[in-house]
Amino acid sequence: MNLSEYQGVWVFIEQNEGEIEGVSLELLGAGRTLADKLEVPLAGVLLGDGVRSLANQVVYYGADEVYIIDHPVLKDYRTESYMKGVIELAEKYKPEIFLYGATPNGKDLASAVATDLSTGLTADTTMLDIDLENRLFEASRPAFGGNIMATILCKKHRPQMATVRPKVMKALEVDHTRIGKIIEETISLKEEDMRTKVIQIVKDVSKKANLADAHVIICGGKGMGDLQNFQLLYSLADSIGASVGGTRDVVEAGWLPHHLQIGQTGETVTPKIYFAVGLSGAIQHTVGMKNSEIIIAINKDPNAPIFDVATYGIVGDAMEILPKLIEQFNELKNHTGGELSYV
Amino acid sequence: MHIVVCVKQVPDTKIIKINPKTNTLDRRSAPAILNPYDAHAVQEAVRLKKLVGGTVSVVSMGPPQATAIIKKSVEIGADEGYLISDRAFAGADTLATSYALSKALERIAKIKPIDMVICGKHAIDGDTGQVGPGIARRLDIPPVTNVIEVTEVIEKDKKVVIKRKLTSGYEIIQAQLPCLLTVEKEINEVEYSPLPNMIRAAKYESIIWTVADLENVDKVQLGLKGSPTIVGKMFSPPKPEGGIRLEGTANEQVNKLMDLLMEKKELFTLQTTK
Amino acid sequence: MSEKFDVIVVGAGPAGSACALTCAQSGLKVLLIERGEYPGSKNVMGGVLYRKQMEELIPEFWKEAPLERPVIEQRFWMMDKESVVSFGYKGLEWAEENNYNNFTVLRAQFDQWFASKAVQAGALLINETVVLECIVENGKVVGVRTDRPDGDIYADVVVLADGVNSLLGKQLGFHKEFRPDEVALTVMEVINLPKEKINDRFNLSDNQGCTIEIFGDSTKGNLGTAFLYTNKDSLNIGVGTTLSSMIKAKLKPYDLLDYLKNHPMVKPLIEGGESAEYLAHLIPEGGYRSVPKVAGNGVVLIGDAAQLVNAIHREGSNMAMSSGKMAAETIIEAKHRNDFSESSLNLYREKLYDSFIMKDLEKYKDAAHTFEKYPQYFNEYVPMMNKAMSKFFTVDGTPKRDKQKEIMKSITKERGVINVAKDMYRAWKAVK
Ligand SMILES: Cc1cc2nc3c(=O)[nH]c(=O)nc-3n(C[C@H](O)[C@H](O)[C@H](O)COP(=O)(O)OP(=O)(O)OC[C@H]3O[C@@H](n4cnc5c(N)ncnc54)[C@H](O)[C@@H]3O)c2cc1C
Ligand SMILES: Cc1cc2nc3c(=O)[nH]c(=O)nc-3n(C[C@H](O)[C@H](O)[C@H](O)COP(=O)(O)OP(=O)(O)OC[C@H]3O[C@@H](n4cnc5c(N)ncnc54)[C@H](O)[C@@H]3O)c2cc1C
Ligand SMILES: Nc1ncnc2c1ncn2[C@@H]1O[C@H](COP(=O)(O)O)[C@@H](O)[C@H]1O
Repeated sequence: MNLSEYQGVWVFIEQNEGEIEGVSLELLGAGRTLADKLEVPLAGVLLGDGVRSLANQVVYYGADEVYIIDHPVLKDYRTESYMKGVIELAEKYKPEIFLYGATPNGKDLASAVATDLSTGLTADTTMLDIDLENRLFEASRPAFGGNIMATILCKKHRPQMATVRPKVMKALEVDHTRIGKIIEETISLKEEDMRTKVIQIVKDVSKKANLADAHVIICGGKGMGDLQNFQLLYSLADSIGASVGGTRDVVEAGWLPHHLQIGQTGETVTPKIYFAVGLSGAIQHTVGMKNSEIIIAINKDPNAPIFDVATYGIVGDAMEILPKLIEQFNELKNHTGGELSYV
Repeated sequence: MHIVVCVKQVPDTKIIKINPKTNTLDRRSAPAILNPYDAHAVQEAVRLKKLVGGTVSVVSMGPPQATAIIKKSVEIGADEGYLISDRAFAGADTLATSYALSKALERIAKIKPIDMVICGKHAIDGDTGQVGPGIARRLDIPPVTNVIEVTEVIEKDKKVVIKRKLTSGYEIIQAQLPCLLTVEKEINEVEYSPLPNMIRAAKYESIIWTVADLENVDKVQLGLKGSPTIVGKMFSPPKPEGGIRLEGTANEQVNKLMDLLMEKKELFTLQTTK
Repeated sequence: MSEKFDVIVVGAGPAGSACALTCAQSGLKVLLIERGEYPGSKNVMGGVLYRKQMEELIPEFWKEAPLERPVIEQRFWMMDKESVVSFGYKGLEWAEENNYNNFTVLRAQFDQWFASKAVQAGALLINETVVLECIVENGKVVGVRTDRPDGDIYADVVVLADGVNSLLGKQLGFHKEFRPDEVALTVMEVINLPKEKINDRFNLSDNQGCTIEIFGDSTKGNLGTAFLYTNKDSLNIGVGTTLSSMIKAKLKPYDLLDYLKNHPMVKPLIEGGESAEYLAHLIPEGGYRSVPKVAGNGVVLIGDAAQLVNAIHREGSNMAMSSGKMAAETIIEAKHRNDFSESSLNLYREKLYDSFIMKDLEKYKDAAHTFEKYPQYFNEYVPMMNKAMSKFFTVDGTPKRDKQKEIMKSITKERGVINVAKDMYRAWKAVK
């Protein structure tokens, strides 16, 4: 493999019924930095049915080029069809780095593409960088084994690929003056050849306050001791209109359902206020919450790593602190007869 | 129908404790278990077998001790279990793992053609979820990831109807057999195994294969050699600055926090609704 | 009907595994059922494993068993509030392979390994399965009912090795609920401590272990003992008293353990260690008189389930293993005769009563009683002995002969000559 043939940073643009997923815009932001370091163009890869109109937006968020395949067979995401399109593009234009959002579809697509291109793929990364000296892509992710990040390299194969956690990277400000090159390709696929069919897509609208949308989150850890003490968190949540989440240990203990887990294998959240109560702050947890605006940690161990990411740290017993906090908030409410709300 | 489930042995992270001060893993008491997602995968295969008949096999790549999770799979109801175990497989990343497993699956298919492969959504030690789709590509069968329900098996048309989880909501997919599924935990409850299964598992001897037992293997694609990714370096993440440690008694700390929050009017305001 | 076995053994502790191993070695079809996640996962023991009985089951077991340290020193402490009178024996010959006497072990590892030997010999082991009751037909135990779906399973003989509580033995009416003076409640903790520290503090090399049995203030003067044993890189520390003393003195077991850990004589030895595990368990201490019926139609009881523990010498696992082996030998013979009736299986009872097990238990049959009834052994003599030693060793110009007289005087003054003589005789009788 002649590595120098491979040039440019690509971002897979995930779209859903004509709307670009947030993570793809974030990746354009991150990809921009990488491309600038390498002095190569940044490209978005956009597949779908009737998606040409989205190309400009990809450029406004930082891309120099947009590769488009617009075809009815690409109407809904399917591994089979999307994979084929992406592989054909990559084989033809040979990008050096290729990023995907670590969403169900992004991970699915990247895994299939990596296999066919016989290249490396790093899952669920949270930090991206370039080693300019060796012209290598450094994709880092929390590693099993403590509060440690591991940098994964792919030295001899191209493209260097990674899936990236949503909400970890920052999108650029949209810039309507940017212009870019649109490259349109076709795909040699017929619906009859497809072995899978999407019969129906059911959007979930029922879900009550989703963690991802909450302004204030109270997250409890194993330090809450037991299910009964854990209920204290709901009292605090009630008094300030927050949502309750938990660490993986809490979910595994059965105190919370899985969809309320925050961290690497759960949700990534960026609320305005994040209470971290009785949790140690393992890196697998903090990658999912460290971009919150204010982080308040309550832990009785002054050396707990959570204090390293906390805006305000309280060293103390949660069972003692929480009732006092609840009282304060309730008093505030009663005193003014008002409701707390978040801008 | 012949369903093959890929099962992996992983350390029990519920029991492993990471020492937050030294950042090291306390391995002393870490027993190895069947990857929890794979337990659901085996359970689903067994459920489908009860529905339409057939055979459930499991396959694993790992050290000789991994026969323990094959026995566990037999407890859940698998009929046959294969372990591929060889120094040559060691150090594999997801690409090399999917290659080795696909070779094992090809060999199993010679014993009995395969209609469906099921994997877990991901393995809890590495969390990649890349092996399943990788295997599907190598066998050239369609993958369906994040499956939360197998709604229907239409045997005569060789088709399955599947619910696949999306970021928000789900989709219903029809896939042709053979295909590969990766399953979420919601797909089923792993049942408490009946005693006869336990006894069968206690007796069960896994079939163990080395590289030499597989056919048409390109050794360069195995293990460390066949792995394009390597771990470059390990580092502690940079620590953000500017945090304030509140001081004093519990009451003083709480009061101080309230003051600080009230100052942050831009985030947190009080609206009088009365 | 489901599959039938020759033998079903309930419980994969030392007793059950020994029995399953011996039966399987002679070709019997054995099913070993354990309720824990794996054998040993919930089992508790101070941690001294005796060589002799184990060797009879697996020759040269120390070459592969997961043992902690061969014990080369056994200390006994008579402990008061701020002092201790100690005696013991340390012999380097115990560090040599052909002279190993006993070993410290961690049961979670040892039991797992021991059960795996039974499996290698052909026994089938199933874990995470609770036996709910024996299936009795026509006055004969014919199998067991487990908590699993389709959970009935049958055998010629069922061996109850389900430990001290032996609910199954109670269901069959072989024994009654314990009296509080028949069982001791022991709590223990495994404390991680680096190897080098252990070697320094206990004056040991890497492959040498030490045990300390502690009497007196370790139980705040109640009937019971405490222990501190060295593992490779951890310590086992525990304390237990009979339920009856605990009730009488209103003791809480964990408070007692805390008290022990903070005792000035103990604290420096465990300082800086990290507690890895807390365990609590009962020990049958009723001795000879509490041993229940051990054989019935199609059923035998072994190990703790048959209350085979020598409390004075802290021997239990060895009796468990030996009883398991004797039961197995009986079952093998019964199989030849194809007779599993009570009278056929009672051969096991005879073997038991002929062996060191019942002989030792007989020897001490009054000991626990005596000590329970006359607590002065624990709450008066230990402090007295400490005072005496303190006097004796303090150099203050008093001639040693006068000192001895003075000591004797103070002892007899506190309890009276006749009482001291009575106590000595009673104690001697109890353990003679
Ligand atoms: C591959 C992988 C993926 C993972 N993914 C995730 C993930 O997505 N999300 C996640 O959260 N974890 C994840 N983990 C697990 C993670 O490594 C930690 O084990 C976990 O986050 C620890 O949970 P915890 O903080 O609740 O518990 P612990 O680490 O046990 O911390 C409890 C804390 O509570 C404090 N405490 C105790 N009592 C009190 C009290 N009375 N008052 C105040 N404080 C008290 C203690 O000092 C301690 O700091 C993952 C691990 C791996 C290996
Ligand atoms: C604190 C302490 C310190 C001790 N120190 C020593 C010592 O230093 N040296 C020594 O030799 N002895 C010691 N002993 C005594 C020794 O531990 C016991 O005598 C010995 O473990 C008895 O073995 P066993 O196999 O009869 O019972 P156990 O070891 O209790 O095994 C019983 C097994 O049966 C299983 N079981 C129970 N009920 C069921 C059921 N219904 N279905 C399925 N499985 C079931 C249990 O899970 C367990 O694995 C000590 C005991 C204690 C509590
Ligand atoms: N060594 C292995 N042996 C068998 N199956 C595996 C192995 N590694 C991964 N798998 C399968 O692939 C799934 C995803 O694993 P991963 O991609 O490592 O997260 C697992 O749930 C298993 O079903």
